Amino acid sequence: MAALATSDLTTQTARWTRKDLLGLRELSAEEIRCILQTAGSFREISLRPIKKVPVLRGKTVVNLFFEASTRTRTSFELAAKRLSADIVNITPQHSSLSKGETVLDTVRNLEALKVDVLVIRHAAAGVPHLIAQHATSSVINAGDGAHEHPTQALLDLFTIQEKRGRIDGLNVSIIGDIAHSRVARSNIWGLTKLGAHVTVCGPPTLMPPQIEQLGSAAGGAGVAVTHDLSSAIRGADVLMLLRIQHERQEAMLIPSLREFRLRYGITRERLEAAKPDILIMHPGPVNRGVELDSSVADGPFSVILDQVTNGLAVRMAVLYLVSGAPKVDEEEG
Amino acid sequence: MNRVMDSEAIRRAVVRIAHEVLEHHKGTTGVALVGIRTRGAILAQRLAKEIEAIDRHPIQVGVLDITLYRDDLSRIGPHPIVRSTEIPFDVTDLRLILVDDVLFTGRTIRAALNALNDLGRPQTIQLAVLVDRGHRELPIRADYVGKNLPTSHAEHVEVRLNELDEAEEVVIETIVPVEGSRSWPP
Repeated sequence: MAALATSDLTTQTARWTRKDLLGLRELSAEEIRCILQTAGSFREISLRPIKKVPVLRGKTVVNLFFEASTRTRTSFELAAKRLSADIVNITPQHSSLSKGETVLDTVRNLEALKVDVLVIRHAAAGVPHLIAQHATSSVINAGDGAHEHPTQALLDLFTIQEKRGRIDGLNVSIIGDIAHSRVARSNIWGLTKLGAHVTVCGPPTLMPPQIEQLGSAAGGAGVAVTHDLSSAIRGADVLMLLRIQHERQEAMLIPSLREFRLRYGITRERLEAAKPDILIMHPGPVNRGVELDSSVADGPFSVILDQVTNGLAVRMAVLYLVSGAPKVDEEEG
Repeated sequence: MNRVMDSEAIRRAVVRIAHEVLEHHKGTTGVALVGIRTRGAILAQRLAKEIEAIDRHPIQVGVLDITLYRDDLSRIGPHPIVRSTEIPFDVTDLRLILVDDVLFTGRTIRAALNALNDLGRPQTIQLAVLVDRGHRELPIRADYVGKNLPTSHAEHVEVRLNELDEAEEVVIETIVPVEGSRSWPP
């Protein structure tokens, strides 16, 4: 108890000063650690009988989802509510966007209603960045095209940190459709910045060109690329699986889902060669029997539901931090 | 800089408060300590140790972070770092003793009372502080006080504890007020 209480007092974390969270690419390792530490403090709130703190009372958060989402939207909604913020959900089929209004006009109208935080998901890469340039409210990227999904990567980092006690030096293999995955990109940035060794594994048709250089621009080592699942499993501390979209088969990028499962699906047999304490992660929703067999998804190595629980704490932390950022810095008394 | 308590004075104050707590509550049954981060948490651990040494019964100790309950969050930015609240017991029907290092405006204690209210319904809440320096802005008082310290607004009281500061003392410093800034403990 005493050790727990004072252990985190001496670790000084940098203050968060950004108005927006658009991606992990532009964050420093210190800023990522600041979010993870804050998330650790917020986790306890969801275990209370009264799961609410008054910290964002009077703030308004808008979930502006141009692309369908249930889990991320719900996670942000609960996160905002547990911080006592008011939240509005806007989906394209119920808004003026279907009447031809531009994205920026939608945002200008929301800002005229004095909202504080915009949580944005869009099928096109860069839309949250465009909005952030024009908005005075805070912008959180909840997934833009195949570009970034920062809160998903942060909850993955948080879960690895929680289960392994560290990220530095771990071997993490990301498996599946790397080319179309914003989760993979954000995770590559975050993991390499915090010192993990990242391997990406998938069929050549789902592997973007020059992926090995991603993460190296920030002074990181970049990522290793393999098309052989056994070598991605061997020595790995973490297997991060990605959802394989059925459209990829129609676009002829994979011969069939069955073929994909045979070469890249994680089965119990495949894991016999894995480290005994390997972590299996998946951002959801899982295609059972394609990228992941049920016996593994529900098995002892799976931390998929811990990821969901931690996602709530991470989104509470991000909402708290960006809401505090825009104001003028003052000295604390 | 004026040193008003040394390590021996701090130790004696904690021991005396331990005796007063035991006298008032007639033991440790149904009593728990809750230290306010950061230095209040350390003092709560020390107080628990003294109480257990005298009474030979364990006493529960929790740690409270009041950041999310501060009344000035909309005025300060960036938002302060949030540390975890670790109260590994149900506070309902317990007789709680809040522990902090310095009692000043009373705003920290107001925040702590609201935070505890969200965790359950204690039977009673008392307050123990190492130093009471006056200048209350809210109707709050301490039940156990290590030292009453008359101060002026231009002074700053700093408690340094070995666990955190590599020093063990209470000092008063005169601060030069910065134009437009409004300080708020801790």
